[in-house]
Amino acid sequence: MDEERGARLRRLRWHCRRALLELDLMFQRYWRRTGDDVDAATEAALERLVAMEDHDLWDLVSGRRETDDPQLKGMVEKLRQV
Amino acid sequence: MKVTKRTFDAVIVGAGGAGLRAALQLSESGLKTAVITKVFPTRSHTVAAQGGVAASLGNSEEDHWHWHMYDTVKGSDWLGDQDAIEFMCRKANEVVIELEHYGMPFDRTDAGKIYQRPFGGHMSNFGEKPVRRSCAAADRTGHAMLHALYQRNVRANTQFFVEWMALDLIRDAEGEVLGVTALEMETGEIVAFQSKATIFATGGAGRIYYSSTNAFINTGDGLGMAARAGIPLEDMEFWQFHPTGVAGAGVLITEGVRGEGGILRNSAGERFMERYAPNAKDLASRDVVSRAMVTEINEGRGCGPNKDFVLLDITHLDPKVIMQRLPGIREISIQFAGTDPIKEPIPVVPTCHYQMGGIPTNYSGQVVAPRGSSMNVAVPGFYAAGECACASVHGANRLGTNSLLDLLVFGKSAGETAVEDVKKSTKAHKDLPQEAIERTLARINRLDTQKDGADAHESRLAMQRTMQNHCGVFRFADKLKEGVSKILDVQKDVQRVAIKDKSKVFNTARIEALELENLIEVAVATMISAEARKESRGAHVRDDAPDTPENPNGRDDKNWLKHTLWFKEGNRLDYKSVKLTPLTVDTIELKKRAY
Ligand SMILES: Cc1cc2nc3c(=O)[nH]c(=O)nc-3n(C[C@H](O)[C@H](O)[C@H](O)COP(=O)(O)OP(=O)(O)OC[C@H]3O[C@@H](n4cnc5c(N)ncnc54)[C@H](O)[C@@H]3O)c2cc1C
Repeated sequence: MDEERGARLRRLRWHCRRALLELDLMFQRYWRRTGDDVDAATEAALERLVAMEDHDLWDLVSGRRETDDPQLKGMVEKLRQV
Repeated sequence: MKVTKRTFDAVIVGAGGAGLRAALQLSESGLKTAVITKVFPTRSHTVAAQGGVAASLGNSEEDHWHWHMYDTVKGSDWLGDQDAIEFMCRKANEVVIELEHYGMPFDRTDAGKIYQRPFGGHMSNFGEKPVRRSCAAADRTGHAMLHALYQRNVRANTQFFVEWMALDLIRDAEGEVLGVTALEMETGEIVAFQSKATIFATGGAGRIYYSSTNAFINTGDGLGMAARAGIPLEDMEFWQFHPTGVAGAGVLITEGVRGEGGILRNSAGERFMERYAPNAKDLASRDVVSRAMVTEINEGRGCGPNKDFVLLDITHLDPKVIMQRLPGIREISIQFAGTDPIKEPIPVVPTCHYQMGGIPTNYSGQVVAPRGSSMNVAVPGFYAAGECACASVHGANRLGTNSLLDLLVFGKSAGETAVEDVKKSTKAHKDLPQEAIERTLARINRLDTQKDGADAHESRLAMQRTMQNHCGVFRFADKLKEGVSKILDVQKDVQRVAIKDKSKVFNTARIEALELENLIEVAVATMISAEARKESRGAHVRDDAPDTPENPNGRDDKNWLKHTLWFKEGNRLDYKSVKLTPLTVDTIELKKRAY
């Protein structure tokens, strides 16, 4: 991986540091599973999720709220994989 | 080595409720103010607070700040300073209404006033009956508070340094604080922030425990920085635990689950709370339930392969009730415990929730430390507020909703004091002592060059397990003693942690290693302070200090009505008296804490 992409992924990982423990744990589990094996589409979807407010994001990943957006939906499903 | 220097009137480390409230005071007074934060302000942990903020507005029924003060002193098990508590409770209405004017969307009564709910420990008429004192914005109180304060700060031209990590306090030979060193995550560059006032609002350190409700960001950086600069930490033995965190994850399962009929069971399936609290059973107070759980685990009746948790059973409830009245609980259990609570019970353990101790301050937000024969001398240029500080209003035990209040009152008062001090000073900024900056550079350099070092992840786990097993919710003399030597061993490992990734840009391994260096200071302070305090008080409960007629609840006022001060150098302990004289009213006299 080139240094620029590596730096971008590390930045993304830092943006997975959240205000809610629930989200920290879900992202931690996700990164443990995938390592740096993240393609550009996944990266883009993650970028959108981490830009959300924490409570909105938790509503989405905990299934309290649904989204029709296919990109977000797919990513949320990956995060929910136990 | 030379580092870039940036100069401000005031630098605030932390952009949670306390930091943003302090910053506002400074910026609005026209001072050049910087806020440094590891994460975007509205991602600070304050966002997690749902319950509300306390203020005796009396919108729903009669209330008075004096009653609130009484509850807070009693809640603190008389370890809180009564001057600071009076100050906080008297200021509550002002800061809450101010927040309303900043645009905080509080829930409202039909008449348009702020709606108030009851909350544990808040009573009317000096402990008579529960009172409605908590002000909330739906279940997003902390979130709404941060948004209102952040917007206001943007308007006031506060300058934000987002994704910067403060590393060390810059203190000169006379003891004056002149700013901080900080790491810009984006570039890896170290910069010196020079200021006439430095305010710490870095939040708690709940991640020292294995089981914690706190998000990963709560690593006690402010406490680590203060300790390394020779400032003591106060009352670190006092941590509030919540009885039901999901075992292994920490995520909080609300009391509402037991309210709806949830039952705690041991490995034999026994409803053990019947033995400990025959009347209230599973609904007994937090500390009683937590202690019962730990006793079950310690006596070998825990569940799972390591017998280290108990079960919260709601399988007998109608699934419809679970889905309707306890939304989110099923999902939390499936996600973090791997069990569907409709079919199987949830594994739970008492979980660290809130840090009562911290950097010692007075009610004006000045950091105070012993000097000569005086125990509370202000450290020039240094202020602290919020969970990282110890004013001390929470004493040995915090009341729910008093923490958000603490952020607002002491954030504002630290800001006000700093404004006064900066405006009074006619001198230019003092030169920064190069040795202080070199200390930071040496820490970074050590991390980058350490050979055959310890693993950060392993060391963090060792610290968390040691704290959980030796200094948890229920404490034992022999375990604490053993805990002291174990945690000092872990500290040695932390001092030789190595990282593989040496990159500059967003090097999260380096950031986490630096955070660990702060966590371990807090862990050591906690263990040593707890081992030394030979009584039970508030959240510090020792098996060898039980309830007796001369020491009700195990509290020993004759010998232990005093604040602990832990100094990093030599792990020395000192003690200072509790301020029992309020500002204007009579002392709230000592008595047994019973509800
Ligand atoms: C699940 C949960 C629910 C709660 N509910 C309530 C409630 O209903 N009512 C109540 O009163 N209390 C509640 N509390 C407690 C309360 O939320 C916290 O005590 C409070 O929010 C802490 O605020 P703070 O401003 O001190 O710190 P935080 O909000 O934690 O902010 C700390 C800030 O410091 C920054 N920071 C830290 N270290 C550094 C560094 N080295 N460099 C740069 N920046 C740094 C962070 O980026 C962050 O901006 C709850 C706590 C939890 C865990």
